[in-house]
Amino acid sequence: MNTGTFLALFGAVLATALAGVGSAWGVGMAGQAAAGVVAEDPDQFAKVLILQLLPGTQGIYGLLVTFITLSRIGILGGSPVADTATGLAYLFACLPIAIVGLISAYHQGKTSVASIGVVAKKPDQFGKAMLFPAMVETYAILALLISILAVTNIG
Amino acid sequence: MKDNYVYAVARIRVKEKTLLTDADIASLAGMSDVNSVMGYLSDRGWGTADTDKDPDAMLAAEEQKNLDLMRELKIDPSVFDILSYPQIFHNLKSAIKQVCTAEDYSQIGIFYDLEKYGGREMVRIIQEKDYNALPESMRQVAQDAFETMLSTRDGQLCDIMVDRACLMAMTEAGRKEKNKVIRDYVRSQVSIADIRIAVRAERCGKSADFLKKALAPSEDFNCSQLAAAASRGEEDLLKFLSGNGFGGASEALGKSLSAFECWCDNQQIEAIKPQKRVITSIGPVVAYYLARENEIRTVRIILTAKANGFSEDSIRERVREMYV
Repeated sequence: MNTGTFLALFGAVLATALAGVGSAWGVGMAGQAAAGVVAEDPDQFAKVLILQLLPGTQGIYGLLVTFITLSRIGILGGSPVADTATGLAYLFACLPIAIVGLISAYHQGKTSVASIGVVAKKPDQFGKAMLFPAMVETYAILALLISILAVTNIG
Repeated sequence: MKDNYVYAVARIRVKEKTLLTDADIASLAGMSDVNSVMGYLSDRGWGTADTDKDPDAMLAAEEQKNLDLMRELKIDPSVFDILSYPQIFHNLKSAIKQVCTAEDYSQIGIFYDLEKYGGREMVRIIQEKDYNALPESMRQVAQDAFETMLSTRDGQLCDIMVDRACLMAMTEAGRKEKNKVIRDYVRSQVSIADIRIAVRAERCGKSADFLKKALAPSEDFNCSQLAAAASRGEEDLLKFLSGNGFGGASEALGKSLSAFECWCDNQQIEAIKPQKRVITSIGPVVAYYLARENEIRTVRIILTAKANGFSEDSIRERVREMYV
């Protein structure tokens, strides 16, 4: 494996690893809050489950970018990376979703915990409560778009 | 996150919905008799199947539920110790009196059912003089209060000694506590307890020496000055309170003693209200525990007032502000 392919592969791994770590943090934190609500009021299960799942999307975005990258660098398809500069370009292209995925999932988890608190006290306010963590998602989507555009336009 | 109370806080948020509101308290105050109040509370899930007809048993069951919830949520033992100090020291007072008077208080539900220092264990410690089985902060006062009670039969003096030791133990534990809510709780508890003691002592014409023995050091004012002011009379006491940031206490005292007692309890509720917006720390859990204690205390006032035929207006004057 040449240096270029190695760097591109490293970027692909970072996309899944960092975004996945962020999602695990977020979903874990929201899961604790969800369990607390269900322990007292099992009827709220569906609502708190949705709020728990919101920080999980960053991990999926990271996985998507990794698949696209792998399919272009000669590992799952495409042709091997020709030089170090192209490899570096793939690495940088993967960084937006890796870094933003990590940070946004953590904060989305905290926001989900707060929203689960809202649902715990006022179950009829679920719609409004869901919007708060959904706002954090915006930045993960922006990072996903940039990573996909960059990866698909290299070379 | 340093202290992870996400699960506990989420459970507390659901449980907060079952707390009595100011409107509930107003309804209870307006009810015709004890049975109506008991019926309302039973419908809200208060008490157990066995406590429907007995107000004291119902309130004791609610206190027990509150303690059990804190155990179940596995809150930091140092925090739980601070919260349960008043109950542990109460059990100590009761055990000393039981041993000295040879009466069996356990039958009348006077002891708190605590995991470590329940009534039976506390009576054993006092009977066998096994003071080393107590927490360090209780050993000396247990011995001194027991000997004082044996030699003088002065229950009030025994109470003063133990209550002061309780406040000092809370202060000491509070100083070590990292959480601001707990530190503030301990600080305000000690100051308000001192003010209460000073006000009651002033009304009974107690001396400055008596007050110095009863007051625990407070971070908000100088205890010797409070003792001196209270021993000189009401005017000086009110002046002292106003000059030390307790103008509310002074104002409430100007109205009536029950308004003052109400002010004391409301201070605590005002202090914990911001915890309704906290999502992860131990603060909301502690706030809920204190809110439940306040709720039970208020219901006790209403039940006692109804049993003694107090008017609705005089009950309203005595009821406390609620957390929710």
